[in-house]
Order: sequence, then C-alpha cells, then structure tokens
Amino acid sequence: MRALVWHGKHDIRCDSVPDPRIEQPRDAIIRVTSCAICGSDLHLYDNVIPGMERGDIMGHETMGVVEEVGPECHGLKRGDRVVIPFTITCGECEQCRRGNFSVCERSNRNKSLADKAFGHTTAGLFGYTHLTGGYPGGQAEYLRVPFADRTHIKVPESLTDEQVLFLSDIFPTGWQAAVQCDIQPEDTVAIWGCGPVGQMAIRSAVLLGARQVIAIDRMPERLSMAQAGGAIPIDFSAESVVERLNELTHGKGPEKCIDAVGMEAHATATLDSIYDAVKQTAMLETDRPHVLREMMYVCRPAGVLSVPGVYGGVLDKIPFGMAMNKGLTIRTGQTHVQRWTDDLLRRIEQGQIDPSFVITHRIGLEEGPGMYKTFRDKQDSCIKVVIRP
Amino acid sequence: MSGRRDAGGRDTTLAVVRGLGWFSVGLGLAELLAPHAFTRNFGLRGHERLIESYGARELAAGIGILASRDPTPWLWGRVAGDALDLGTLATGLAGHNRPRSRIGIALAAVAGVTLLDVLCSRAMGARRQRAKRLARRDYSDRRGMPRPAAQMRGAARDFEVPQDFRIPEPLRPWTNATQTGAPQTDAPQTGAT
Ligand SMILES: NC(=O)c1ccc[n+]([C@@H]2O[C@H](COP(=O)([O-])OP(=O)(O)OC[C@H]3O[C@@H](n4cnc5c(N)ncnc54)[C@H](O)[C@@H]3O)[C@@H](O)[C@H]2O)c1
Ligand SMILES: [Zn+2]
Ligand SMILES: [Zn+2]
Repeated sequence: MRALVWHGKHDIRCDSVPDPRIEQPRDAIIRVTSCAICGSDLHLYDNVIPGMERGDIMGHETMGVVEEVGPECHGLKRGDRVVIPFTITCGECEQCRRGNFSVCERSNRNKSLADKAFGHTTAGLFGYTHLTGGYPGGQAEYLRVPFADRTHIKVPESLTDEQVLFLSDIFPTGWQAAVQCDIQPEDTVAIWGCGPVGQMAIRSAVLLGARQVIAIDRMPERLSMAQAGGAIPIDFSAESVVERLNELTHGKGPEKCIDAVGMEAHATATLDSIYDAVKQTAMLETDRPHVLREMMYVCRPAGVLSVPGVYGGVLDKIPFGMAMNKGLTIRTGQTHVQRWTDDLLRRIEQGQIDPSFVITHRIGLEEGPGMYKTFRDKQDSCIKVVIRP
Repeated sequence: MSGRRDAGGRDTTLAVVRGLGWFSVGLGLAELLAPHAFTRNFGLRGHERLIESYGARELAAGIGILASRDPTPWLWGRVAGDALDLGTLATGLAGHNRPRSRIGIALAAVAGVTLLDVLCSRAMGARRQRAKRLARRDYSDRRGMPRPAAQMRGAARDFEVPQDFRIPEPLRPWTNATQTGAPQTDAPQTGAT
C-alpha cells in the first residue's frame, strides 16, 4: 500500500510499504477513506519531538471502513464505518474506566521507554514516535487498529466523512480545551492560536456559553475564520496582546486562557522569544513557551490556563511564582477523545456544529509531502488538509 | 493600454533591477577577461586571481537577477559582494605609492551602487510581502454553526461538565462567584436559578 513515511526532518515521502496485518486478537484493519494532517504532525515534521525513526508512517486523524477483525475484536465487523481516535485505549485499565483515555495504562507497547521519559507511561498513539508505542499511523491506505474493540467511534451513513473525521482529534481537543475552563456565563475566554484546534476551541467556548471569546494569531485568513466563529480577533504581530486583552476585560484580564499553539510558538519581537530561539538552536531548551508565559502574566487571578498545545520536553523561564501567587489552575493533556465523542457526534447530527468548516485543502496521498510544507508555512491560506488515499 | 498594465512605481523598480543585472554581467565579464586593468588601476597588483573570482561572482549574480523568477536573494547577494568590493578597494588605499584619487572615485562609485542594491532588495522584498498578503483568502463565511455566534452562544449549556473538570466554586475568579452566586459570603446571593 501507499503511505506517508517519515524519513527525517522536513523529509516526508509517499512510499510503498507492506500492508498491515492482524497481529493481536483485538486488532482490526481498516481501509482508510479519509485522514488529515494535524498541527501535532508539524512538530514531527520539524523534528522537535524526539523518538521518530526513519520509515515510521505518519498520521493520527483517520477514518474508514473495517476490512478485517481479529478473533477477540467483539462488537466490530467487516463493513462498519468508523472514526479512529488518535489515542489507543484498552477500555479496561483504571485510567480508561475513569475516562482518562489518553493515559491508558496498557496500550503503549513501549511502556518501559515511556516510564523512563515521563515517570509513568501514557497511552499508545498512532503515528507519534516510539515513546508512545511506535504504532504506524493512518496517513495510508490501510491502518491496523490495536484494541480496536474499544478504539473506534461508529458513525452513521447519514453524515459525510468530512463532517465526522475530526471526531478523531481536533474537535474533541478544542472541546476539551473549553471544558477544562469550566466556562461560566460571565467568562472571557482568550484563545492563543487560530489553527484547527483554536478554531474548534472558539466554537466550543461559544456553544458552552462564554460571554466573550478572544482569539489571537497573526495570519489574516485564520483570524477571519476565528471572527466568523464569534471571536474578537487580535493580530499579535500588529498589536500588544497583553494591552488588548486588558482593554477588553476592563483591566482585569481574561478569566480563562487556552494555549492552542504549543511548543513552536512564533517569535514575536519580544525579548523572551528571541531568548527561546537562541536556546532552542543551541539545544539548551526543547520548547518555545512564549504563549504559556503570556497567559500566566495576563490571566485573571484565580483563573484557568487550559493547555491543549503540545509540549515536548523542558521549558525554560516559566514564571511559576506568578502562576502560584495568582492561584491559577493549570489543566493540560492529550485529549481523552472517547470521553466526549458520543456527545459531540450527537451535536453534529443535530446540526449545532459542522466541523468541516475548517477544511481548506483536499488532496490525494501523493500530494502529501508537498502539503506538509504548505501547511507548515501557512501558505496558500492553508488551515486544514484532508487526504483521500 | 494593455502594455501599460505595470504602470507607475512597479516598472521603475523592475527596470532598475534589470539594469543592475546587466551591470553585474558587464562588470563580471570585464573582471574575468581583463583582471590586470583593475589591479593596475587600484593598486592591487598581484591580486589578479582574486579579481577573477570577483568577476565570476558578479557574473553569477547578474545571471541570477536576470533569469530567476524572484531576483531578491540575488540582489542581497550583490549587497554582500559590494561589501567585499569596498573592503578590497580600501586595502588598496592602505599602501604608500598608491593611486589614491582613483581608488577614492572607485570607492564612491561602489558605495553608490551598494545603496542602489540595498534599495532594490528592500523594494522587491516588500513587494513579495504584499503579494503574499494579497494571496490570503478570506474565511469570514466559515462559521461552522447554523446561526450567527451571538445566537449560538450557550447552545450547549445542556452539557454537564464532569466533576473532575469542575473548578471548586470558592476558587473561581471573583466575577464568577458573584454573578453565579454560589459561595457563602457577604455578597448578596443573586442567581437563584
Ligand atoms: N492535546 C491534544 O490532544 C492535541 C490534539 C491536537 C493538536 N494539539 C496541539 O495543538 C496545537 C495547535 O494545533 P493546530 O493543528 O491548530 O496547529 P497549527 O500549527 O495549525 O496552529 C498553530 C497556530 O498558532 C499560531 N501561533 C504561533 N505563535 C503564536 C503566538 N505567539 N500567539 C498566538 N498564536 C500563535 C500560528 O500562527 C498558528 O495559526 C499544536 O501544538 C498541536 O500539537 C494537541
Ligand atoms: Zn492531532
Ligand atoms: Zn486503558
């Protein structure tokens, strides 16, 4: 089959690779009908997260039709139409039973590696380094799904691929980001980053009833989409984020702040971001936490910082004293996808939201390598890419 | 009229850029074919090979400017080359029995061209920025919700935030505490919903 394969920094190719096969009794093989490129994939493309190996298949936002099931994969049969969550979940361990699916204790087959890196293992992920299991990803014609009896979302034929595909990741991710804020009717929610995750978070915050939603980015097309969703835009390359946020909250600061940017925050001309760029280049620091610092500074005391943005390792110059003294709550995490998807699927069916609004590019697998570059460089007004293998 | 589509400032910049390209080609060929003429005139005898290499550099930059779709990087290459030229000419000044006045004139000329190079590079860079912005699309029709946000606000209030995602009432920011009226404080209870 054909698949998008990681060969190194900025080197993703559309290669011919062996078809996946059932390896464990609870496995299933799905024929991929649609998949997408995620902002998280860009961290791998830029090689800022360790643990990728040449030959790894990319992709963790996938859906398709079941081709084959293992002997113990109950409740799933050939022909079922499914969306595959990016987190692999056993459904039986203590964490899964609590709904903390992204920290499933059994699905990471490289558990000892993860135990060393994180202190305790997290869930296995598709196409996302050997720290989280080294499982081949879904930017391919076929995908092997481990623990498939619990790692799937069945979707009705009445909805199109594009309407449900993002249940795999970005829609529940934006939703969880907003839920983590425990939004109250009087809240101002400020959202850094208007990529796909930020866009979903904006709409989630509106639906959950935030009084005011503010979105921060610098790409005009992304800000225009944020505004369409009901957010007040701030262009961080043209105005002071802190000043504008204080203005919009009568000097008090937003009660809830969401970081939908992560470790590759763009360097504005502030001193700290130049410091990060230098240290990252010299390999003294792995991440560029400019957004985290800005949130800690501007957030209203007793407020919440919700961090869906992905960080990889060691962060420098985090004003934790500021966060502590202001009594901020910090909530983070890879998304517990299935915890939210029943509810979100219902909202899509009812027409409350149609997540396909975010798609700007539709391509075949062959165009994948070029599209990684387009998406990374935010060229051609690219926001979300869907691939039909 | 169609021939004047690129009227105004655009044309002059492009014309100057092309002029610089041809100037590069000419100077490059001259340096390559007659390095002695340069070394003799500027007190750099014995540095013929250096002048030849400068000629190759000029020629490459010239061809780059004239042939590529976006001459900006080649223009900045010219600026770097100008700096080298200025430095080399200045070494000619350092000795004793050197043709100082001629070197002085050459220095002034190169400085002038450098200024032109910098101006053109910046103009071309700005133009590229502008083109990129123009290519940006407008997604203000991408709402993703059936009705305007103002009408959709709170449509999902039926959602119950799970217990482990709730912030304890007394720990909420002060606005929330008073507006939603939960905590036992001196403040009057408002929302008795
Ligand atoms: N927690 C999860 O489970 C989960 C799931 C999916 C994605 N993510 C992460 O969410 C983040 C966003 O993903 P995406 O797909 O939207 O990516 P994206 O790269 O398309 O979007 C990031 C946006 O942030 C903007 N940005 C950069 N620096 C900024 C700054 N200083 N201030 C404000 N905005 C800034 C960029 O212009 C860009 O529009 C990534 O870190 C990704 O890894 C997390
Ligand atoms: Zn993702
Ligand atoms: Zn589990």
